[in-house]
Parts: sequence; structure tokens; C-alpha cells
Amino acid sequence: MSGGSSLMDSIFQRSLEDLIKSVRLHLPGGEPTVISKALEEIRREIRSTDLTTKAEALQKLTYLHSLHHADMSWAAFHAVELSSSAFLPHKRAAYLAASISFRPSTDVLLLLTNQLRKDLNSTNHLEGSLALECLSVICTPDLARDLTPDLFTMLGSSKNLVRKKAIATSLRVFSQYSDAVRVCFKRLVENLESGDVQTVSATVGVFCELALKEPRAYMPLAPEFYRILVDSRNNWVLIKVLKVFAKLAALEPRLAKKVVEPICEHMRRSGAKSLVFECIRTILSSLSEYESAVKLAVAKVREFLVDDDQNLRYLGLQALSLVDLKHLWAVLENKEVVIRSLSDADPNIKLEALQLVMAMVSEDNVTEICRVLITYALKADPEFCNEILGFILSACSRNVYEVIIDFDWYVSLLGEISRIPHCKKGEEIENQLTDIGMRVEDVRPELVHVGRNLLIDPALLGNPFIHRILCGAAWVSGEYVQFSTNPLELMEALLQPRTNLLPPSIRAVYIQSAFKVLTFCLNVAFLPNEAAYSSSSCPINEYSASPSFAGHESLTDCEQDEFLNLRVLSQSVKAPSVKNGGDTAVNHVKTSASLPLRNDILTQKSADKMFTLVKTALAPLVGSHEVEIHERVCNILGLLELTQNEMTGCFSREKGNFETEELKAYETIKMMRNAFSEEIGPVAVSARDRVPIPEGLVLEENLHNLETICGDVQFPISSSFFLGRPHSGERDGVSFFNRPIIEVSESSNESTLLTEHRKRHGLYYLPSDKKEVVSCEYPPPNDPKVQDDITDDAEDLVKLTEQSLVRKKKPSQAKPRPVVLKLDEGDEISVAAEKPESKDDMVSGAVRELLFGSDAIPPSTQINSSDKLSSKRSGKVSEVNENVGNVRKSEHRTPSSRKSKHHCHGKERESRSSEKNIELREENGQSNKQKSGHRHGRHKARQRADGIANVVSQTPVIPDFLL
Amino acid sequence: MIRAVIVMNDKGKPRLVKFYEFQPVEKQQELIRSIYEEFYWVVFFLQDARLVYKTYATLYFVFIFDTSENELAILDLMQVFVEALDKCFSNVCELNIVFNFNKVHTILAEIILGGQVIETSSSEVVKAVEESYRCSSSNSSFTPVVN
Repeated sequence: MSGGSSLMDSIFQRSLEDLIKSVRLHLPGGEPTVISKALEEIRREIRSTDLTTKAEALQKLTYLHSLHHADMSWAAFHAVELSSSAFLPHKRAAYLAASISFRPSTDVLLLLTNQLRKDLNSTNHLEGSLALECLSVICTPDLARDLTPDLFTMLGSSKNLVRKKAIATSLRVFSQYSDAVRVCFKRLVENLESGDVQTVSATVGVFCELALKEPRAYMPLAPEFYRILVDSRNNWVLIKVLKVFAKLAALEPRLAKKVVEPICEHMRRSGAKSLVFECIRTILSSLSEYESAVKLAVAKVREFLVDDDQNLRYLGLQALSLVDLKHLWAVLENKEVVIRSLSDADPNIKLEALQLVMAMVSEDNVTEICRVLITYALKADPEFCNEILGFILSACSRNVYEVIIDFDWYVSLLGEISRIPHCKKGEEIENQLTDIGMRVEDVRPELVHVGRNLLIDPALLGNPFIHRILCGAAWVSGEYVQFSTNPLELMEALLQPRTNLLPPSIRAVYIQSAFKVLTFCLNVAFLPNEAAYSSSSCPINEYSASPSFAGHESLTDCEQDEFLNLRVLSQSVKAPSVKNGGDTAVNHVKTSASLPLRNDILTQKSADKMFTLVKTALAPLVGSHEVEIHERVCNILGLLELTQNEMTGCFSREKGNFETEELKAYETIKMMRNAFSEEIGPVAVSARDRVPIPEGLVLEENLHNLETICGDVQFPISSSFFLGRPHSGERDGVSFFNRPIIEVSESSNESTLLTEHRKRHGLYYLPSDKKEVVSCEYPPPNDPKVQDDITDDAEDLVKLTEQSLVRKKKPSQAKPRPVVLKLDEGDEISVAAEKPESKDDMVSGAVRELLFGSDAIPPSTQINSSDKLSSKRSGKVSEVNENVGNVRKSEHRTPSSRKSKHHCHGKERESRSSEKNIELREENGQSNKQKSGHRHGRHKARQRADGIANVVSQTPVIPDFLL
Repeated sequence: MIRAVIVMNDKGKPRLVKFYEFQPVEKQQELIRSIYEEFYWVVFFLQDARLVYKTYATLYFVFIFDTSENELAILDLMQVFVEALDKCFSNVCELNIVFNFNKVHTILAEIILGGQVIETSSSEVVKAVEESYRCSSSNSSFTPVVN
């Protein structure tokens, strides 16, 4: 570039202000053009030899980078160059550019070292300030190492303004270069006694950060902190000191005893809400053994809860959630406020309140709480609705459905939840449906009933969010088809035309379930003849193969016109079932209670219809490109082919020809049925770990190549599938959902839906040869008083928690809790022990050495350190291990959510809730079922803390600082 | 420590963005957008972060910080920042912040440095900022004036 144009640039350069104006005045959509034009100018101008031009250009670039995200990594060197200018605004612009744009990998970073050192030692404190500001952001290990001596000098600066900045910077330097601690620590400690409040504040701030990472190392400074706690009147300093004590008190009980009174004093006297809240938090989280202090804190929490300021209300709820397990009374005292907060205008408050309410759930009140929450969910906005549903699902499934007694109720609740318009919890519900099916044997009939109600509703297929639920429903219906009241109806539901709205993976499940249903029906169709035949002559084995057979409670049984026939049949059934022994004991009861009805399941006419149905529905899918669908369709059509001919014969035989055994098809069916009747049980999370790794398999290999291979593979669940008939689908779904859920009998409504659908797609349906009557054995958990006022519900819940939270005698359960299958150690979470970050260790190690060890130990002799030191180390390691056990479990998943994603709404909450889970979980390891789980768990946690404390008091190294 | 200070207007346009730990620009952008779009339901990708915001006229002041800060104290700090801006620009409005990119950063740097709070009195902040700018103008006597 010629000098001439450079001069022109200087003269006609646009200032930062001009640039901002032009960016603001651009035409709509023209911003990128304006910016790229400006960047072009800047590229030219920044090379100017005139520093003022350069500085202006750099400022413009920094502006564009910071607020318009323009790239400025190419200009790093210009910033370094400009920083050497003696003119302060240039220097300021250069350091600002550096602090905003430099990343640790910026290669010219080290070129800045000398300039920084020069400015740190400058007589002009403004230059020093600028250098510190920059260093505090861009510091790397190299910079930290090189500049530690200069930082040390500045920590002793006579100017408070500079000193406090140096203190704040030291934190960043320590984190990058732990040896800096050895150099600067003493000076830092001296600053704790400074007369300048801001200096003390900055120093305490640094110690607070350091102590949060590794509190034990700072124990020797406790007397200093105590003095500040008692003497200081500055709220900022006090808050930070309280945070330090919250950590230290947990380690040293004697210290806790000492600080609890001053903290209470602050809580009583201070008018600053921030300080009061910090006191509350400290007491509730770290000093909860001191009853009187907790009482005072809870009283203060109450003031927060009823305050007009929503921030205070929110923090009050948060404080309560710190307390809920240790002192349940604190929550109880405030439960009305908590429940009223569910309808607060502020979403954060609602969430916090929801968490507290769910923490109150126990087996006595789970039904009522869920009922009220669901009425809230129906009225809430979609987001909060899903929050509520997520909480219900996770609270109920917690610790292998610990709080659920009545699984029939819970399963129908799941069905209820599925029909909530905004429900997006498909995956979780699917998991729970299948999980409960596998774990709880007694609930299977109800499960199949609920599944059937979901499957049979064509409208639900239009809603992609509940496809996963339908998948679960289809699976349970197929797997436990023996409990179905009407397998043919199930078959129709599984093969209804609208299943083409499903993604292929779920459709494959549908087809597989249809396969199971078909096998079951065929098996039953063959069976009665044999049963009648063999009951008179020899014992039958087939019954044990399909013990489920007896479980039929066909609703049509009740119909009068068939009653006579049934009586005859029932005798023939009862006879063999007696012989079956204990296996089917449960089913016997049902058999005798109602009358099984085989011939109604499959008459020749209906069998033909079913074959036609299967063929019509599935034949077009033979050409499917989805392997899963293709394969399963081929299977089912193959089976059909094989059996159809002999089936016809089978029916004609009914008139007295009993040569079933000779039929090949029957053998096939029997085998198929046998295969399907084998129980699928829950699988332990850790089961996979027990499978030996095959030789030659390299795990944890970098699989980034996979992306190139699988780049164009579409994963099965995609919305693109939905493009076919999105509108009609949506409309159907909506029209259904808008319908008020006030149904006297939900089944009747479904039946009408089905008949409507029948009318439209008559071709695909069997002629209905019997009336559609579906019993609703269990009342829906959600009372149809949806339209009630929200306050009514709040009062409701207040009342019921009043009753149920007070631990009275347990009301006698109407039904005994069914057996929930648990795996011995499978439901435990395998803990991957991980070492904490080593960097913090290094800092605290250095601090430890300075504070505990004799000052004489130089860094180099650290390896041959005295026994004293090593004993300390080992003490620390053991503690770390304990903590690891405690913390690292937070990644656990319950078996029911094996595949579940993380619902992440703010890390804070997530981690808190998982902590709760951990305690419960640990307990599960010890005793199978504990009623008073929470308290017990807490107690243990405290014991553990005591254990750590004991370790502390036993180590001779830590002196008695305060006593 | 304080992780970031963001000032944006009610249309989601950032007016001041300051991160105290290096964050790639794309991540900054993503964070700002998520704060604006789902203000109530922010999903943090900064670990363990809390967020406090306050509205002043057309501007949102957002502070992101971790467990070593007190929520209510940060609200007070926000007030300090706004007071300092108000004193420096006498009756501050959004335009002042738009057109004084550098000065706003200087003011903030006198309150928070490296994520640590170093000054909580707005008048002290104003004093320090003024000193810094006075020196630069006195220095400017021996540099060429452009335009």
C-alpha cells in the first residue's frame, strides 16, 4: 500500500462513532453489507503507520467483534503493537482489544509479556491498572509464570486502587500457575488486615474462590476470617466470609460451634437482605445441627416467602429446598405458601415450588398430589405443563417406584398423562410403561387395558409427541396379549391405516406386536379342541405353555345371550386349569370369576376376516425400504401362509374331528407361542459391564470417522415422515384434544371414535359381530373437575398435605402393594470414581505447604517431605474418595429411564435433585424397602460428615485455632 | 466469581458484552440469544451458573455468576453499575451506552476485574474513571489531533 493512500485513510477515516451510526442507519437486512464494508476499511487502516489511525481502526474492530461477532483474530498483532504506545487512550484501546479477543491459543500472546511487565512496573498507576485488567482475562500459564514477580510487587502497592486490582488478578494467576501461590500468598494474607475496606473485600473474595475449591487448606486462616466476621460492618466482606465459613464449618465441628452465634447475630441485626439471606443459606446448609439457629433462619425464610418482591420469594423457596430433608417441619410450617406459589406469575417461582411439592410426595399422598398437579398441568402453559409432568414421572418412578402402592392407578395415570394436549414426555412414559410391565406382574391386565385404550384411538396417531407412548403401548399389548379382553380389536388397532403416520421404527414395533397377537389367537383357536379332548383323556402340557389363556376376561362374557353357551365352556376350561398347579394360581381366581371365551376370539368367520385384515394391511409393506418393517412383515405373512389352509380345516373339525396334533401348523404355532410366552425381565444397568469384552475389540477408540460413514444415514425418528398428511393429522389431534375431558365413561367416547373411524375405513375393519362394551374397572385418577378454579385446587392440596404430611398412622391400604421386581445389585448405580481436577489440588497443595508446613520447605524438597506432610496427604485422599462416591453418582439413571435424555433446566436444580436421588439410592443398597427413607438417608449423610470431621480432629497437624 | 456481564436492549441487541473467562464468539452469541429468547427458561451451558437480570428502561442488565456470589448482592452491584453510568453520562440512556463503547468498558472495569468485585461505591468508580480520562486528555497535548 502506498503512503499516499495511508495518508488519505488517516484524513478520511471514519471514527468509531461514525461506524456505529452507519450500522444503526442501515436499511433493513443491510447490516452484513455495512459491516463487511467497514471491515474492509479497517483492514486497510489498521496497517497505517500513524498510531492514531491504527488505534481508531482497532477500536472499530473491537466494537464489531464484541457486539457484531466479527472475526478479529487476524488483528492480534496490531493490538500488541499498539499496546506499546505511550499515549494512554491508545494503550487502553490495545488492552481492551486484547482482553476481548485474545484466546489462550493466540500465538502473539507471549509478545505481550514484556509490555505487560513494563506497564505493571510503570510509575503511572493508570498504566498498571490497564495491564492488570488485561492480564486478569488473558492470563495463560506462561504469562503467569513470567509476571509473578511483578504481581508480587503490586500486591504491596501503596495505592489502594492498584492493590485491590492486583489482588483480584492474583486469583487468575494462581489458577494458571500454582507456584505463584508460594510467592504471593503471604502478601495476600497481609492484605486481610488492611485498613482499606475494598482491599479486604477483594482479598476475602479471592480466598472465598480458593476455599470453595478446596476448603481444608484454608483452615489455618480461620482466626483471621473469624475476626472479620465479628468486626466487619461491610456486607460484601461479610457475605464472602460467610461463604468461606459455610465450607470450613462442615469440616470442623468446633469451628461451627464458634461461628454459629455471630452468624445468628448478623441475621437478627442486619437490615440488608443479601446478608440475611447468606446467613440463612449458611445455617441451613452447613450448620443445621444447631436447632435454635435453624429456627431463627426458618423464621427469616418465612419473611422472604411472604415478601412482595418476587426475588425474595424465589430465594425463600430455594432456602426451603435446602432444608426440606433435614427439618421437615420447616417445609410443613410454610406449605401453604409453597402451594400457593404454584400459581405464581413468575415461572421460576412456580418451578421452585413444584420441586418442593414433589419433595413432599410420599406413598400416602402420591395419588392426591398427582391428581391436583395434573389439573394444574391442564391449565398451565405448555412449558410448565411439561415441567409438571416431568416431575410427576420422575417422582413416581423414583427408586423403582418406591412411592407407588396401587400400580393399577399409576398405569392409568400414565394413560391420562399421555392424553394431555401439551405432553412431550413420550420417551419417559414409554420407558415406564414397558418397565412397569416387566417389573410388576400384577399390573399387566390393567397395563394392557390402558395400552389398548391408547392404541385404539386413531386421533392419537396424529400427534408426533405421543408416538413413543404408542410404541410402548403397542409393545405391552403384544407382549401381554393374554390379558387382552379382545385380541381382535387389538389387531385392528395395531394395523389401522393411520399407523402410516408413525415413524418406521415404531411401526416395526406395531407389526411385531401384531405378530404376537396373531400367534396368540391362532394358538387359542387350536387349543379349545385339544383342551376338550385331552381333559377327558390325558393331561395337557399346552396349558403351561400358555398359562395366560385362563386370564381372559372377555367383556362380552357378561352379555346375556351368550351366557348359556359359556357355562358349558367354562366347565371344560376349569378342569384342565386345576391341573396346572401353582404357576397359574393368580389366573385361576380370574378364571373362576369370569368366564373365558375362546370361540369368540376366533370363529372361522372372524379368522378369515383377520387373515384378510393382516394381508390387506401388510401386503403393501412387503416392498418397504425399512428393513425392520420389511422383515417383520415377511415374517407375519409367512406365518399366515403356513397356517391359513390348515386353519380352515381346524374349524371344520369342530364338529368332532380331533386330530390336531397331526397338523404341522399347530406345532409351529405352539413353538412360536412358547417363544413369545417366555418372560422378558428387567435388565440391570450394570449388566452390560459383566459381559466380557471380546478380544480384539478396542473400546473408546476415536470414532470420528463414523461421521463420514453415517453422514447421510437418517435416524429413524424424524419429523420428515410426518410430511405426508400433516394437516389432517394435526386437525384430528386438535379436535380430539379440544374436546373437554369430562367423560362419564371414557370408553364410550373411544368407542364412538372408533366407530367413526370404522365408517371411514370400513374396508380395514372386521364386521363387528358383538357390541363394543369396555369396562372401566378403575376410575380415572383425574377427577373430571377440570374447570375448577385454580385456588380451589391450591386449597385442596393444602388440605391434603396437611393430612398426609403429618406422619399419622398409615391408612389401611385397599390393596396390598404388588411385588415389584428389583434386581439385587442391578438397580444400584455403578460408580465411576473420578479424581477431581488436579489443578486445584496443586494450588491448595501449595497453600497447604505454606500454611501447615514449616516455611523452610522449599518447593524442590517437596518430594522428600516429612511424615507429617504425607500423613496429611493421605488423610486428604481418603476424604476425596468419600466425596467422589457422593458426588459422582449424580450421573445415575434409573432403569426405567435407561434411554432417557437429560432434562436439563438449569444445572443448579438438576444437581440438587440428583443429590436427593443419591441418598435414596444409597439406601436402597442397604435395605430393600425403607418407609422413612429421607430421614434415614440424611442421617447417614451426617454420620459421614462426622466421619470426615473425626479424621480431621485425629490428624495432629491441624491446631486448635479458635479454642 | 462473576462469569459475564451482558447489557442488551429489549429487542435482544447486545450493547455490552464482557466475559471474564474466554468464550468463543459463537458461544457468546448463542448464550445471548438463548437468554433473550427464553428468558425464563434459560438452559445454561456454563456449568453451575446463575443468572440475575434487571430492567432499566429499554435495557436488560444481565449478570452471570457462580455459587461464590450472593444473588441479592449482585442485584445491588447492578445498581452500582447503573448509578456509575448515570453519573458519568449524566442521565444515562441507551444511546449513551451505544456510542460510548470504550468508556462503558472502562467503567465496568473499575467495578469488576477478573470476575471479582473490586469497588462497590459508585462515586469511587466515577472518580477513578474521571482520573483515568483526565490523564489521557492532558497527555493528548503532545499528540497530533486528527480530524
